[in-house]
Amino acid sequence: MIDLAVYLPRLGQGLIVSLQLTALSVVLGYVIGLFFALGVSAQRGWVRWPCLVLVEVGRGIPALVVLYIVYFGLPVLGVLFENFWAAVIGLTFTAAAYSSEMIRSGIQSVPAGQREASAALGLSRTTTFVRVVLPQGMRASIPALMGLAIMSFQGTSLAYSISVNELMSQAYQVSTITFQYLWVYALTGLIYAAIAVPATWLSVGVERRLNRGYA
Amino acid sequence: MGGVDVSAAMLLVLAGLPMTLLVTALAYAVGLVLGIPLMLGLRSRIAPLRLALRLVVDIIRGVPPIVWLFLIYFGVQLGTIRFDSLSAAVIGLGVISSAYLAEIYRGAFATVARGQGEAAAALGLGRVTTFARILAPQAFRTALPSMATFLLSLLKDSSIASTIGVADMVFQATMFARQNPAVAGIVPFFLAAAVYLVVSIPIAISARRLDTRLRKGAVA
Repeated sequence: MIDLAVYLPRLGQGLIVSLQLTALSVVLGYVIGLFFALGVSAQRGWVRWPCLVLVEVGRGIPALVVLYIVYFGLPVLGVLFENFWAAVIGLTFTAAAYSSEMIRSGIQSVPAGQREASAALGLSRTTTFVRVVLPQGMRASIPALMGLAIMSFQGTSLAYSISVNELMSQAYQVSTITFQYLWVYALTGLIYAAIAVPATWLSVGVERRLNRGYA
Repeated sequence: MGGVDVSAAMLLVLAGLPMTLLVTALAYAVGLVLGIPLMLGLRSRIAPLRLALRLVVDIIRGVPPIVWLFLIYFGVQLGTIRFDSLSAAVIGLGVISSAYLAEIYRGAFATVARGQGEAAAALGLGRVTTFARILAPQAFRTALPSMATFLLSLLKDSSIASTIGVADMVFQATMFARQNPAVAGIVPFFLAAAVYLVVSIPIAISARRLDTRLRKGAVA
């Protein structure tokens, strides 16, 4: 029989770790992503090129490989992290690379007239960017960033491969104890979906709402 | 990080490349085909069918790939038969591809102007002819760039097959890392990363070209 009493507490503990991983990697990743976006748009080549390479590499290689590089790589540099933090670093890098392109295209979507109007009003370049362009650009990239947050949540399941005790690892351990592979993984999948699917619907709703504002 | 290590690691990673490409290609092929009936269902006039498939597609996409692979590889047993790791990976990633491609197809059909279908009906074309000869070719144009983007993300997701023992590039890299846990452990992952980039670049470039060309074509 299905021993929900055995499964659920452990899967619940795993889910909490998954959500912690998501929160940390999304918050840190988006902040770094903003800087990457600024770097990629920079005039100076020595700022632009390294950022461009990091962004393209982060988007071009599998998140799993990023995790392995951090996990196997940091000890080589003499840095020892718990697996949890290795996962945070790896997932943050991936989230930063993807979010930077979303933020950049959001900023680019702000009409040039906004900058010109700010300049005409005598606002400094910094004020123009921080108070006029950035808020509108971020607003435009909200739906994409929400979608990425959902992908990041699902991506935390990869941390299983570097032995972080998140939902997928707990599912694996429970399944090897109970041998009820089908049930355990089906339940685990439903737990992920129970969060990801409503979140997707929410992001679609937000997108519609934001579009309506511009109409 | 001696020269020997690097070349040995490179050989091992490259030995996994055909498997990476095979898993990606097979799963994509499954998705290309199964995405069509799913898309038709998503466009169905029968509301219960449409809503049920909407939920199915959303749930498929809501479950992480690694969970799908473990579910199929460890969980599914037909009599005494279990899927081997390659079949499980192709089925799992194929199911995911079907859902994503169905959604891409659906979005593309939604962009085809209504008048096209109405004009075809006015000309007395049958529903099947209208679909296959009028709507589908136009939708395909719109869908191509997204299909290429999805192929790139599938290529990366194929690495997850290594977790159920498919001997792809990441699997080989992991083996090397386990055998050489010291300094050399990280080398094969950098090599694998480089190979992923090298394989992605031609797909990305041709997708971008196709996109620009189709955009021009659509305007003309």
